[in-house]
Amino acid sequence: MLGRTGEAKGATGVAAGIDAPGRLVELLDRQAYLADEGLATAAFLALRMGRPLFLEGEAGVGKTELAKALAALLEAPLIRLQCYEGLDAAQALYDWDFARQLLHLKAAEAAGITDVGRLEGEIYDRRFLIARPLLKALETGPSVLLVDEIDRADDEFEAFLLEVLSDYTISIPELGTVRAATPPVVVVTSNRTREVHDALKRRCLYHWLEHPDFDREVAILLRRLPDCTETLAAQVARAAARLRGAGLVKPPGVAETLDWAEALLTLGAKELDPDRAAATLGAALKYREDVESVLSRGLLRHE
Amino acid sequence: MSEDAGALTATSEDVGGLAATMTGFARTLRAAGVGADHERTHALLGALRHLDVTRPADVYWAGRLTLCAGPDDLPRYDRCFQAYFGGRTASRRPAGAVSVTRHTLTLGDEAGDETGEGENESAPGSASRTELLRHRDVAALTEAERAEVHRMLAMLSAGRAARRSRRFEPAARGRLDQRRTIREALRKGDVARLLRRSHTERPRGVVLFVDVSGSMAPYAETLLRFAHALVRSEPRATRVYSVGTRLTPLTAELRHRDPGTALDAASRAIPDWSGGTRLGEELQEFLARRHARGDIVVIASDGWERGDPSLLGAQVARLSRQAYRVIWVNPHKGYADYEPLTGGMRAALPYLDDLVAGHSLAAYEDLSERLAHA
Repeated sequence: MLGRTGEAKGATGVAAGIDAPGRLVELLDRQAYLADEGLATAAFLALRMGRPLFLEGEAGVGKTELAKALAALLEAPLIRLQCYEGLDAAQALYDWDFARQLLHLKAAEAAGITDVGRLEGEIYDRRFLIARPLLKALETGPSVLLVDEIDRADDEFEAFLLEVLSDYTISIPELGTVRAATPPVVVVTSNRTREVHDALKRRCLYHWLEHPDFDREVAILLRRLPDCTETLAAQVARAAARLRGAGLVKPPGVAETLDWAEALLTLGAKELDPDRAAATLGAALKYREDVESVLSRGLLRHE
Repeated sequence: MSEDAGALTATSEDVGGLAATMTGFARTLRAAGVGADHERTHALLGALRHLDVTRPADVYWAGRLTLCAGPDDLPRYDRCFQAYFGGRTASRRPAGAVSVTRHTLTLGDEAGDETGEGENESAPGSASRTELLRHRDVAALTEAERAEVHRMLAMLSAGRAARRSRRFEPAARGRLDQRRTIREALRKGDVARLLRRSHTERPRGVVLFVDVSGSMAPYAETLLRFAHALVRSEPRATRVYSVGTRLTPLTAELRHRDPGTALDAASRAIPDWSGGTRLGEELQEFLARRHARGDIVVIASDGWERGDPSLLGAQVARLSRQAYRVIWVNPHKGYADYEPLTGGMRAALPYLDDLVAGHSLAAYEDLSERLAHA
C-alpha cells in the first residue's frame, strides 16, 4: 500500500507535462470535454498517483465520456469492459483458445509426440491465450482502461477487479503472473443502482458527478455542437433543467441534452418552439410514461 | 487552534504538521459518520503531495476524493470541512456528530398493552403455550410473551430459494467444459470424451420494505426482528429498507449478530418513526436509484397511504415488472373478515403475486417458507 501511492511511471510525454489540475482542464477542453475543478482534480490525481478513478453519478452525466477524452488526450488506446450481470473471469480477464489447443494436440499426435510435459508446455503458451479487456489493459502500456457500469456486474466480479487493481497483475495458473510494465489509467463508472463494495472504493479516488449547472450545460452544448446558436443552447439547457425537476422515471442527462439539441439542429431549428420540441422529445426522454407526462403537463410550452 | 489554521499555509516540508492536521480532520469525519479510515487518510496525504496545500480548493478536493465513498458522505464532508478548516476552531467537533437521537424500541408497549385482553385467544386446554403464542397477534401480547416470540424469531433460520448463478461446476450434462476436456486430452493423449459443466445456484435476493409509520407501530419491532433473521441467514442476498416518510437503508445495521445490538442500530438509523406513510414516493425513490431485478420484493405495510394511491400503484407495477415476485405482508390480513380496502392496498393489489398475513409468529414462519420455496 505504502509503495503503491508513489508516482506512476509517466504514461506518455503528454501525461508528464500535466503539472496541475488546471492544465488538465485545458487539455480536456481540446477534446471538447468541459471539466470542472473537482473532476479535473480527480483525473489529475488518478494520473499522478496511479490510482483508479471511481466515477459515480446518474446516467448521462459524462462518466464514460471522460474516459474517452482522457484516452484521446493521452494518445493511448481506450480498452473498455462493459459490465453486465453474469460477467465472469473468462470474459473479463482471459480465456484459453480451446479450438486451437485441440488442433495443436491433434497435430502433435499425428506427428507422434507423446511427451505430456512438452505438450502441456506447448498448448498453455501465450499464443493460445485470448486476452480479455483486463489482461489486455495490463499488456498494453500506456492505455486507458474503462470499467463501465460496474454496478451491473455481480458483486463476485468486484473481487476479481479488486485483485487486478491492487497490484496491476493477473496470475494465470498455467502460465504465471502477468504484470503491467506501465499500469493503465483506470476509470471505473457506476450508476449506483447497487452499492459497490467499500474495499474497491477504498482502492480508488471517489468522485460523485452531478448534472452540470445551467451555464456549464450551455457551454457544453456550444462546445460540442458548433452549429448551435446561443439562444437554442440556452433554451434546450433550460428545458432540460425543467425536465430534471419534473420527477421523471429517467431524467435526461447531458448525453440526452446533446442528442436533443442535435436533433433540433438537424431539423433546422434556430429556436426551441413547442412543436419541434415535442417532435424531437424522443431524443431526450427514453420512457413512454415520461414523454406522456411531459406532454400532458405542458412542460414544453413554458419558455 | 492555530495548528489547524496553519495547515492551509504550511509548506510541503512541514510534513509532520500536515499529517497531524489531516489525521485530525479524518477523525472529525469519522465522528460525523464518514468512513475516513486509516488507509484513506494515507491516500489523502499521498494526494496532497501532488497538489498545492496552500490552496483551500486543492485540500478540499483531495479530501473529498480520497475520504468519501458515496453521495451521502458529501454533505457531511462539506460541513466538517467548513468546521475544521473554516477558522471556527471552537467547533472542531461538529455538534451533529454527537447529538444522535436515540430511539428505543418501546413501540409495542404503548400501542399493544391496552388491547392485551386477547380477543383472539381461542382454544385453551391442551395445546402447548408456544403453539398458542405462535398464532396470536403480536400487537396483543404482553411484554414477556412478545419477548418469547422474538426469541423464536431470532432462531428462525430461513432458507432461501435458489436462482441460477453464473458460476459453473462439472456436470453430466450442460455446456462443453473446455478446460477440463483439454486437461484430460493431455493426460490421455487424445480427446476421449467431451466433459461438460453447468451453472451453480445462488440464493435469490430479497428486498424487504418495512413500514415504520404510526399505524404500523405495534408490528414494527417484530418486523425488524424478522428482517434481522433474514439478513443474518443470507447477508449477501438480503436488502432491508424502512419506509414511512423517508426511505432508509437498514441492511448494514441489521448485519450485527446480536439481535438487540442490530435493532438498536437500525432504530437509531430510522429518522421517521411513527410518522405517516408516503410509500409511493419512497418506492419511486428506490426505483430511481436501485433495482430489484430477479429479486423477491416484500412490502410490509397496512397500506394506509398518505400520498397519492395511484402513484403507489404505478411504482408497485414497475416493481412487479422487474422483480421475480412481489409479496405484500399486511398485519390485518390475518383476520378472516379482512378486505383490502385502504387506498394504497387497492392500488397495489393488481400487481401483487401474494398478499399474506404478518401479525403472528406463525405468519412470519409462513412467509419465511415462501421465501425458501418461491
